[in-house]
Amino acid sequence: MAKKLALIASKGSLDWAYPPFILASTAAALDYEVSIFFTFYGLTLLKKDLSDLKVSPLGNPAMPMPVPMPNFVQMLPGMESIATMMMKQKIASKGVASIEDLRSACIEAGVKLIACQMTVDLFDFKKTDFIDEIEFGGAATFFEFAGESDVNLFI
Amino acid sequence: MDFDKELDARNLNCPLPILRCKKGLSEIEPAKILKIMATDPGSVKDFQAFCKQTGHELLAQDEAEGVFTFYIKKRAN
Repeated sequence: MAKKLALIASKGSLDWAYPPFILASTAAALDYEVSIFFTFYGLTLLKKDLSDLKVSPLGNPAMPMPVPMPNFVQMLPGMESIATMMMKQKIASKGVASIEDLRSACIEAGVKLIACQMTVDLFDFKKTDFIDEIEFGGAATFFEFAGESDVNLFI
Repeated sequence: MDFDKELDARNLNCPLPILRCKKGLSEIEPAKILKIMATDPGSVKDFQAFCKQTGHELLAQDEAEGVFTFYIKKRAN
């Protein structure tokens, strides 16, 4: 019987978008049955338009920077956009997949994508903002597959 | 070594070589051989792990000038 993987994706920045989609697509390639539960900021990763995912150097002292950059510079208007642009260039130049590609790979491989209904209500998201290949559910839905999974990760 | 299908995963990073490999294997018959080229140094361990977990057979692997080549025989269904 196929092994099962259950993920919770709770973060919605460009950098943190990678772990759930990399792990899910790879597990699917290894014949795992995979489900991802998207909650809070993770819901952003299910939107039709992923082009506004951003990465911020603020509050992240481990982020490699081309030149040392004090916090008060990082908080200037436009710095987040610059950091995001640089990250996207780096991603492309190193042959790292885009989030769009990894998400498509997950969908193609039959990874189940579940959006947290409570978060949709909380943030007044519209269901039409999201891609079609998702289901909506709550914590009990998560445990329905997490309880019988071999690997469970919170990201 | 003889092979039935060739796949170029050079200049792609984790996990793309594995995802391409999986797709490539789905397009050939059991017991046929897929040749894959990659430049990601992490792919060496990853292809070994992929084959170990999926039951496909890693027949051979080599490296020349930074290009890793893998020959994988598709498992019987």
